[in-house]
Amino acid sequence: MKKKFILEGLDCANCAAKIEREISELNGVDSASVNLMTTKLFIEGDEEKMPEITRIAEKIVNKYEPEVVFKKA
Amino acid sequence: MKKLIYRLGVSAALFVSALLIENESVKLILFIVSYIFAGGDVVKRAVRNISRGNVFDENFLMAIASIGAFLIGEAPEGVGVMLFYQVGEAFQSYAVGQSRKSIASLMDIRPDYANVKIGDELIKKDPDEVKPGDIIVVKAGEKVPLDGKVTEGTSMLDTSALTGESVPRKITVGDELLSGCINVNGVITAEVTKEFEESTVSKILDLVENASSKKSKSEQFITRFARYYTPVVVIIAAILAVLPPLVIKGATFSDWIYRALAFLVVSCPCALVISVPLSFFGGIGGASKKGILVKGSNYLEALSKTEIAVFDKTGTLTKGVFNVQEVHSIGMSEQELLELTAYAESYSNHPISLSLKRAYDNDIDNDKISDVEEISGHGVFAVVGGKKVLAGNDKLMDRNNISYSKVEQDGTVVYVAVDNVYAGYILISDEIKEDAADAISRLKQAGIRQVVMLTGDTKTAGESVARKLGVDRVYTELLPGDKVKIVEELIGEKSATGKLAFAGDGINDAPVLARADIGIAMGVLGSDAAIEAADIVIMTDEPSKIATAMNISQKTSKIANENIVFAIAVKVFILILSATGLATMWAAVFADVGVAIIAILNSFRALNVKNIK
Repeated sequence: MKKKFILEGLDCANCAAKIEREISELNGVDSASVNLMTTKLFIEGDEEKMPEITRIAEKIVNKYEPEVVFKKA
Repeated sequence: MKKLIYRLGVSAALFVSALLIENESVKLILFIVSYIFAGGDVVKRAVRNISRGNVFDENFLMAIASIGAFLIGEAPEGVGVMLFYQVGEAFQSYAVGQSRKSIASLMDIRPDYANVKIGDELIKKDPDEVKPGDIIVVKAGEKVPLDGKVTEGTSMLDTSALTGESVPRKITVGDELLSGCINVNGVITAEVTKEFEESTVSKILDLVENASSKKSKSEQFITRFARYYTPVVVIIAAILAVLPPLVIKGATFSDWIYRALAFLVVSCPCALVISVPLSFFGGIGGASKKGILVKGSNYLEALSKTEIAVFDKTGTLTKGVFNVQEVHSIGMSEQELLELTAYAESYSNHPISLSLKRAYDNDIDNDKISDVEEISGHGVFAVVGGKKVLAGNDKLMDRNNISYSKVEQDGTVVYVAVDNVYAGYILISDEIKEDAADAISRLKQAGIRQVVMLTGDTKTAGESVARKLGVDRVYTELLPGDKVKIVEELIGEKSATGKLAFAGDGINDAPVLARADIGIAMGVLGSDAAIEAADIVIMTDEPSKIATAMNISQKTSKIANENIVFAIAVKVFILILSATGLATMWAAVFADVGVAIIAILNSFRALNVKNIK
């Protein structure tokens, strides 16, 4: 399944790349991509693991960009 | 953003006054206050991020470089590094903001409300809540909220937000009404045909919002580069600070630490990383101004490397509208022949039959027709007003042993026999689009090696169109399934880095659109299947827009590559100068911020497509 999130206030390209890489290496994630321009995060992965993935993804976003607001889209 | 600019202004003022003051201790205090204004938040973030396990981020590097400068007694450098680093950061977020704004204006096509007619009343509703079958009214100046069919009124429709076409289009009762257009004058009443989610405007917004989630090769390269660049530079800096003073005679720690700190200044990759996606985003934005929607920067980049362009003929290079060109009768008047044929074909909805009915342009009296029999792949038999009419291709004539003379002309020939005697033929052909030949010659100018045309038409018809357009290779008499096979063969013919693009009108060619490296669907206003299958969507039906898209993609890729080469070259150059002690920290910070600003300004050029045809 594919999920979409908004990373409000995301400004830094390098951080976006780090976030994208770390989330795509998570267990159960097939692919993850961060679009800096539309400030969107797409995660594709196992349906049953999604709640856990979402939780960790939010943590990762927070680690690199504490100012960014993680929202469900 | 504004707060940051004020802070930097105060910091800069304090910094300048510190430089002018003679008293050493006042000077130092002013430098420290100036530093806190400029970089307090950076230091704070650096500390916080380390506690979260995120070392080596740019906050940390800048904090070390600037505080290090203070510690070795180079306070002005310490403040300068932080001040200019922040200026660069501010410029970056300004650039990203600008770029987002340009896309936001594109998003202006989103309708806010729909006027739904219930009884005699007009009720404003959220477009989401309107259902197919509802009647909506669009007043002058309003956006069309949902796709529908006009039931009342005539007006001019501004489609520029969707197509880039500035000339308004006339619509009247019975016409299809597309959401996202603006009603220029007049009031239109329409019946809604699609839910908001399925309407053109939603499909397009969805496409634009989700564009560039697929990254181009150069973006992937630059993020991978950044991943190794920073740690490598930091490690070299650490070695520079410690090793030479221990090994080289006469080398001092303060000198080499200074060089190491200059290294750290250049270690931040952010500007480099942002200039590439910014270029592609600009290119995608620029293309959409021309009515060309690109689904990701990878496709925009790939398009610039196209070697083979494959076109479907009907509906892409030709108008897909068949017209009777010539009526050639034997033993009766032309009008009589046309009438008999139109009657015989009147039950069919094939484009050929429709063109006959259009050319006849009189009402068909169904009582006159009997015993209609469609002979698949051959034509039709019918009794019209007591006469036995056979209308179809040469095979039909052969099958019924009718002697006729074969016609070698472009287009489709309908042979007609009346009471088993040859009565003449009707020539029907499709028209070539005005800009088709120009499109192909421009694609060749842009570097495409081979232009191929695919068609289900006969050899004569297909080859004649190909000759007129300057197509290099043509495949004729294809069945729908053959197209995928041919595209696969052609993919084998291109070089390893080259790409193959296929352009079709989106009807029946979704598998081919998907199989090609770059699938281009054109003239798809209203066809969502094509919007979904294609990588690039051209909103109008002009093939010349493909050449435009190619020019935009080449310009964008060039800008992105310029940024990569320029930024990396300057960084490496400064690193070498710093290591050898030729560059001061001042030079390092100026060069670094300067490169960032130049690269970002350069990437803005991608958005400017005014002069691209």
